[in-house]
Amino acid sequence: MFDTLQDRLHEVFKNLRGKSRLTEADIDATAREIRLALLEADVNLGVVKEFIANLKSRALGADVHKALNPSQQIIKIVDEELVAILGGEARPLRFAKRPPTVIMLAGLQGSGKTTLAGKLGLWLKGQGHSPLLVAADLQRPNAVNQLQVVGERAGVHVYAPEPGNGVGDPVQVARQSILHAMSKLYDVVVVDTAGRLGIDSELMQQAADIRAAVNPTEVLFVVDAMIGQDAVNTASAFDDGVGFDGVVLTKLDGDARGGAALSIAKVIGKPIMFASNGEGLKDFDAFHPDRMASRILGMGDVLTLIEQAEKTFDAEQTAKAAEKLLGGRGEFGLDDFLQQMQAVRRMGPLSKILGMMPGMGQMKDQINNIDEREIDRLEAIIKSMTPAERANPKILDGSRRTRIAKGSGTTVTDVNSLVNRFFDARKMMQSLGGQMGGPGMPGMPGARRQPPRQAPKPKGRGKGVSGNPAKRAAGPAEPAAAAAQPEWNPADAFGLGKSGQPSDADLAKALGDFQLPPDLAKMFDQPKNQGPR
Amino acid sequence: MDILQLLIIGLLGLAVIVAGTIFLARRRALPPATKRELSPQPTAPAPEAPEESTPAEPAAPTTTLERPEAPTTRMARLRRRLAGSNNPLARGLLSILSSDRLDADAWDDFEAVLITSDLGVGPTQELTDALRRELAIDGVADQASAKQVLRSELLKLVDPSLDRSLSVDGADGKPGVVLVVGVNGTGKTTTIGKLARVLVAEDKTVVLGAADTFRAAAADQLQTWGDRVGVPTVRGPEGGDPAAVAYQAVQRGLDDEVDVVVIDTAGRLHTKTGLMDELGKIKRVIEKLAPVTEVLLLIDATTGQNGLIQARVFAEVVQITGIVLSKLDGSAKGGIVVQVQRELGVPVKLIGLGEGVDDLVPFEAEAFVDALLSE
Repeated sequence: MFDTLQDRLHEVFKNLRGKSRLTEADIDATAREIRLALLEADVNLGVVKEFIANLKSRALGADVHKALNPSQQIIKIVDEELVAILGGEARPLRFAKRPPTVIMLAGLQGSGKTTLAGKLGLWLKGQGHSPLLVAADLQRPNAVNQLQVVGERAGVHVYAPEPGNGVGDPVQVARQSILHAMSKLYDVVVVDTAGRLGIDSELMQQAADIRAAVNPTEVLFVVDAMIGQDAVNTASAFDDGVGFDGVVLTKLDGDARGGAALSIAKVIGKPIMFASNGEGLKDFDAFHPDRMASRILGMGDVLTLIEQAEKTFDAEQTAKAAEKLLGGRGEFGLDDFLQQMQAVRRMGPLSKILGMMPGMGQMKDQINNIDEREIDRLEAIIKSMTPAERANPKILDGSRRTRIAKGSGTTVTDVNSLVNRFFDARKMMQSLGGQMGGPGMPGMPGARRQPPRQAPKPKGRGKGVSGNPAKRAAGPAEPAAAAAQPEWNPADAFGLGKSGQPSDADLAKALGDFQLPPDLAKMFDQPKNQGPR
Repeated sequence: MDILQLLIIGLLGLAVIVAGTIFLARRRALPPATKRELSPQPTAPAPEAPEESTPAEPAAPTTTLERPEAPTTRMARLRRRLAGSNNPLARGLLSILSSDRLDADAWDDFEAVLITSDLGVGPTQELTDALRRELAIDGVADQASAKQVLRSELLKLVDPSLDRSLSVDGADGKPGVVLVVGVNGTGKTTTIGKLARVLVAEDKTVVLGAADTFRAAAADQLQTWGDRVGVPTVRGPEGGDPAAVAYQAVQRGLDDEVDVVVIDTAGRLHTKTGLMDELGKIKRVIEKLAPVTEVLLLIDATTGQNGLIQARVFAEVVQITGIVLSKLDGSAKGGIVVQVQRELGVPVKLIGLGEGVDDLVPFEAEAFVDALLSE
């Protein structure tokens, strides 16, 4: 697992606390870390160099902002620069004045063109257009079939006069499709072409011929978010060979950082228009430069974490469990723990989930060593308890523990250690619950153009503001809900209402910037530092 | 037991954070309902099914049974192909190494060339340091000796000592079972098609199992490949249980007493736990009939640093035994496999060199490095 940029910068700035101005040496050290972070995110080396040069000149001139610590300030600058590059020229899809509008898809093999054609078709249909998908990939075995199936799922018509598998002339098909669309009154034509390599001049010529034949309104270059340093070569090859107007980033639902997006946006200067981020035909969205920026820097993890959590957690249950846990009356039992643990496991490998939590950087090694079977064992132990024991582990006496150990195939020592640790952890959490109630938030204060938002974080720092757990749960939630709203704005889902909603960016940023409160971080450190082992 | 405590605390901490955020999410999800039904929720739960992908690559338009080229004659083409696509790398490295003065800038350039081949920051620095040491001992070298040093260092990086043979022979009269896995669009189906041809060329009998029941027309694609070389394809209903299809394929292999069963699986991003579990199940179910002798992970040569994470997760779930580097005929150099091979100890066994039906060749460390450095 890569270290997040924040963790790295934390190292650099550990000794710089209290400085009022960044020196050149500080900035150099920072620049090195940022360079590594960008390279590990697959940003093109040339782009990285230029970016770092810009960053240095900007950071040197800047005064240290009172409210930000140096690392936050640098990150803020980096983030702004990234967003500027990524989102500089965002624009909606153009439609031809006289229909049909022709959209041509081009890209490497396996970048997801055919699937995207279906997604695009469904989206266009939802917008009140009548799209036609054209099967101009006549090379890959059964690509035509695939498009037909995809079209059927999306409820969109497919024009496929040739069977494919190497039979037929794609240029001819593309040309005919336009006539077909005109006569049948389709107003948008999406041409799916075969995947091709940038260096294959013959196929590039074919793509150029298709382009000439259909005279597309938009040529979209489809690129996989996982692509590495070759992104720029490939993109320029396509830009030279076919020429494209916009970029679609696919497979963003993986955990690739997607630095390629930055490289392409910077080197080719073409806007990234859509992001495709899932398996279903509906998993298709306008591109969010701010999110991408956080992701490239490895800061978007909290946002991802939350998104995943929303899918897998039962909100009510979790809220109740958290209230119990922080309530301090020992109500949080092993059954609640089991529920939460199972929900977390549904989100993915535990080491990854824990690694996503910012501030866990110093514990990376331990996290990476977590054995999932260890958790199976925990589950087995808890499941071997009676409901009463789970609800109130205090009643576990020696004979009960022996029974549980037998039932779960573990030893009494295992049971003991689970129970003891559980009590320890619960106590820790409870004292934490007493400490934090305040909506103070670490990092990211008023440097934004936004009106002051109080606390878009689920948890705040600020000691002793309110010990009331209920208030704690409700308090920070409200302002955050307000700040968060635009993200769920339906109009925004497809990049239509992008204007006038700056807070989307802010939210992502704020969440990306989320840090564990120092108190909590200290707590997390405790087992390591003072554990009896 | 340190880990145990870490776990419990971590889980509890997560639960608290998540509780808070979900609470927020529910709240913000309620009010702005102007025209909700039109807006697909960006976070709508994804269906439990592998993503569709387009592991592309065309094939010759012949329908008669083909006799594939024997593997031995493929190496020559590998060299040619690699030399054609990768020469800038070799030229760049050599010209830097043989320049009069090797100052810090030159080494920076050297590093840069390596990084642009997706080698990753770690191995790049290691290689550079090693070369610096070597050249410091021997003094500034002429082109030939620089090349020699570079060759040996590169060779060290790709580690020729690993066993790169495909284990396709089953024990006890059972067929060898090859399971092919990878993320979407790396070229699994195409590679299996090519692999079937290689096996047929070696006079082995083969059965293909189309356990990609998710992507539209994936089974058709595989069958098309199979039919060309007269290899039967076992397929199930679209959307069916892939493990069942895999089981049937191996069963068929047992019944027909074939030599090798090759199972195609749907592309899956390594981040989807459900799908990874499904993959684990496929393997477990197959092993009720016959041990899986080879698990091949497909990595696209264009893949960047994410490839390492992919490999790690796949290795955890299905214990990959070999890597196939596909699409190496493009401008990408596939440097990521060096890291993968080093961290997981899993060797690259095959490389895909293009769209031609016989463009799958065995990976040979020395030939590979020579091809990289050939002019």
